Amino acid sequence: MADPSPSVGRPLPRSAARRLAFGRGRYADDLRFPGLLHLAFVRSPHAHARIVRIDPAPAIAAVPNARVFTGADIARVCGPWQASVDNLPTLVSPPQHIVAVDRAAWQGEPVAAVVAASRAEAEDAAAEVVVEWEPLPAAAIRDRTLDADAAPAHPELGGNLSYATLIRAGDPDAALAEAAHTVEGRFSFARHTGVPLEPRAVIADYDPGEGTLTVHGSHQAPWHQQDTLSRHLGIPEHLVRVVTPDIGGGFGIKLHIYGEEIAVSAVSRLLGRPVKYVADRMESFVSDVQARDQSVSARMGVDEDGGIRGLAVDALSSFGAYAAYGRPPVNEGMMTIMMTGGPYANGHYEGRLRIAFQNKPPSGMYRAVGQPIACAVTEQLVDWAADAAGIDPVDMRRRNYWTDEACPLTTPGGIGIRRLSLGRCLDRLVAMMDYGALRAEQAALRRNGVHRGIGVATFLEMTSIGPERYGPAGAHVSTQDGATVRLEPSGAVRCVTSVVEIGQGTHAALAQIVADCLGTAPQHVAVVGGDTALTPYGGGAWASRGLTIGGEAAWRAAQGLRQNILELAGSILQADPAGLDLAGGAVCDRATREARITLAEIGRIGHFRHDTLPPGVQPELAVTRHYVPDAVPFALANGVQGSSLEVDTETGEVRLLDHWVVEDCGRIVNPLLVEEQIRGGVVQGIGGALFEECCYDGEGQMLNASFADYLVPMAAEMPDIHVGHVETPLEGTALGAKGAGEAGTVGAPAAVLLAVNDAIRPLGAQVSSLPVTPESVLTAIAAARA
Amino acid sequence: MKAPRFSYVRPESLGSALELLAEHGDEARILAGVQSLMPTLNMRLSEPRLLIDINRIDALKGISFEDGTVRIGALARHAELLASPLVAEHLPLIAAAMPHVAHVAVRNRGTFGGSIALADPAAELPACAVALDATFVLASLRGRRTVPARSFFHGLYETALAEDELLVEARIPALAAGYRSSFLEFARRHGDFALAGVCCHAHVDGAVLSDVRLACFGSEDRPLFAGAASAAAEGRAWSGDVKQAVKAALGGDLDPIGSFHASAATRLHLAQVLTGRALDRMVRAG
Repeated sequence: MADPSPSVGRPLPRSAARRLAFGRGRYADDLRFPGLLHLAFVRSPHAHARIVRIDPAPAIAAVPNARVFTGADIARVCGPWQASVDNLPTLVSPPQHIVAVDRAAWQGEPVAAVVAASRAEAEDAAAEVVVEWEPLPAAAIRDRTLDADAAPAHPELGGNLSYATLIRAGDPDAALAEAAHTVEGRFSFARHTGVPLEPRAVIADYDPGEGTLTVHGSHQAPWHQQDTLSRHLGIPEHLVRVVTPDIGGGFGIKLHIYGEEIAVSAVSRLLGRPVKYVADRMESFVSDVQARDQSVSARMGVDEDGGIRGLAVDALSSFGAYAAYGRPPVNEGMMTIMMTGGPYANGHYEGRLRIAFQNKPPSGMYRAVGQPIACAVTEQLVDWAADAAGIDPVDMRRRNYWTDEACPLTTPGGIGIRRLSLGRCLDRLVAMMDYGALRAEQAALRRNGVHRGIGVATFLEMTSIGPERYGPAGAHVSTQDGATVRLEPSGAVRCVTSVVEIGQGTHAALAQIVADCLGTAPQHVAVVGGDTALTPYGGGAWASRGLTIGGEAAWRAAQGLRQNILELAGSILQADPAGLDLAGGAVCDRATREARITLAEIGRIGHFRHDTLPPGVQPELAVTRHYVPDAVPFALANGVQGSSLEVDTETGEVRLLDHWVVEDCGRIVNPLLVEEQIRGGVVQGIGGALFEECCYDGEGQMLNASFADYLVPMAAEMPDIHVGHVETPLEGTALGAKGAGEAGTVGAPAAVLLAVNDAIRPLGAQVSSLPVTPESVLTAIAAARA
Repeated sequence: MKAPRFSYVRPESLGSALELLAEHGDEARILAGVQSLMPTLNMRLSEPRLLIDINRIDALKGISFEDGTVRIGALARHAELLASPLVAEHLPLIAAAMPHVAHVAVRNRGTFGGSIALADPAAELPACAVALDATFVLASLRGRRTVPARSFFHGLYETALAEDELLVEARIPALAAGYRSSFLEFARRHGDFALAGVCCHAHVDGAVLSDVRLACFGSEDRPLFAGAASAAAEGRAWSGDVKQAVKAALGGDLDPIGSFHASAATRLHLAQVLTGRALDRMVRAG
């Protein structure tokens, strides 16, 4: 007997976690294929260089079973592509070869693919491929890429500027000039990358008999891959199948199309054999998309009483050598200028953006895309303004939030807001932090020379971005998701979804949604996905869309199946379906709640005993539905984060003490999953705040391409992360769920930055570059003393 | 990342290990806990022809105490040192350093001898050995010799070990009456290679320090005995002035190497702060 109470909203553990803990995870690299060849890439050691000559002969001499494919060889089956956005005609973007031809534009760009019987032999052979290089000057320092004498990242473009735009609302110049207090800062956000624990992996198997291409890989958007493989390799789309087994994290890194993955498929096609490539960690650091990497100058003006009068930001963003192909590539910078100032009532705004090329790995989406930058800039300005106006930072925020009466509205940055819950989130956060007591403790400790800091940061989180963004851009990216829900003969249920499970647990939440619709328990619902040949078409896993879009599709499919079950039960029971309901694993009388026939009996009759049904009854025990967000262009979640930390002013060490998050992601389907997302997101945000940075020298050589030197956040340094919820269901959907996957990452860098500056303010010091390092803290303190 | 081709041999005795070393010299590498060797091979930073696995050689194992000296076999795992009552009682400096040596998984396999022989400039144990005036026993077919820790470390990954020599054990004087130790390091994350670190060992009588031995690591190309800083504290009662003198002298002892993690100036500053704090703690510990 199933539990009759709804499972949506309950903290149910996910079954997949148990499977993974049992060591039964099956990742791409675990899969076995007869006749498999292994591929390794020869990569450019230079950030920018002409390829004079490639000689594969020594590689073949060293490893006779090896084959070497140069960029020119690959280009014969798959030409270059070019990032473009239909509705941004001024975007400048050079063609990019799958494997470099004639010129490499970043250190790590593939210049030849080498296949052999094992990965070790492929690496042995790759090490012997002779490439004669003619090094070129590299554009490698972000803030100088637009200088007149800067080296061009691509000589044929005549300059490094790829895109520039301006958002203006009201009269920001006058508003800033008239403000009682003006605060300003120049911020820097380091380049970083997403480092999923499982690297990118692909096994391509072209079957020359049927002309089919089957690709198993670690990817967040298998349909996007299917589309790209079909178009660029000229294989009809119905003959291309992409399968995603277990995936060890993505964070946006794996939603992009990479030349490596296409090259592996091209080589499989040329050889007619399965070919595998798994990026090793050092390759990942020089070939996974990189993100952030902006400098932002910003200015805010406030009244005597702290009311925000105007705001202006000027952002210089970086693409690397190429904008990632296939999706609108300008988002990191656009999100910065669209989201800055977002939570606060203000009519005078200017957001200026320039995006420039550098000779570094291509740029792409990484968890929270641009929003952590917007949040950190906004919140630091608000803190500085509060200080200038002599107002407590919490009060400052409360008096400047958009009011309920002002909603719905569109912010000067262009963000449509239906309804926010910032005041309630802030109240909840202040209570959770015991803010007054923390401030008192801070003051007491400061008298003993202990420098504690408190940061409170408000964030908006744009989730489940819909067709408005991708359609007009001409991106071959589906913003809908689909689900098939099917009743099995035993009364158990299967849900086949387009939502890709990348470790976030969405499939477990889908089981809860389907179970509730069908009056059964989640353990009787199996969810499968990750195969473009077998599941409904969809988007995959990105932009925190799993439940908002995929959940809504599953809800609709389950509702359809529910109706079909009730109609079939009506014919069996000779009852009016309108008087029937589903509960406790059975069809029951809607009024009396008395069980009339079990789901198992419906399944048995519906599948095996058609002979007993009245003529003309066609049991439809599987229903497919798709859902495309139509009510709003995106689901806007919001919340507030708090950070408490201590700065050792002699060593520059920042010790995190506590972190709090109150988030409103609409209806919570499973609090365990939401809180895992929040905590994981906060940890990644702290990574950006204190640790992560792709360090380059002036010639574009990455200096820290290993886990020994690229510092990801580790458990020992993390504070306890306390999570609270406010639930404002998303309007216009049945479920009311908004995304929750990026909230932690959006707000944590700001909370930590503010807390550091709060701690060192008595010394007259401040930092405005992320990550904050011991050295940058020491430098700031020394500068204040000087 | 796959290692290049190599041959592998696992001798059962010290004698056969030394024969192999004598035969293959620089083309061979010793395989002990493989926590540093394996990444080096997989990144193809090193391409030895032969790996000599010494894990079966009992003569290289164990920790023992005799006549005021602790003997640590080259194959003693970090985890053994961490759990050893002998180390805790007689070598409190090493006991204090061990939790900072990487992480549990690394400590379970990594060996004392491996850390000493690799001579990573940011490693904790070589600096402890310098501060404690350890002696290393090196063996080859030519015979055995002992080398004091202070003259063992020659530079970045460079030591007194000849191509045919194997580090057998360290002999470290046990903590004598009236002596104290103190250890501090500063790393971006726990378990990372330190940006700066200091090992202090001295006789403490009230606040008066003597036989002061300060060894710094993480900031130079090798663990460094800080002679001037040690002398600045020698025979003096610990005070704010002495602390300033020690820090100033350290500026003469050290010539740190900067990197993207921290500049030379920052590393020197950190070494000075840590040394002051470590000596504060050591004196207070009474």
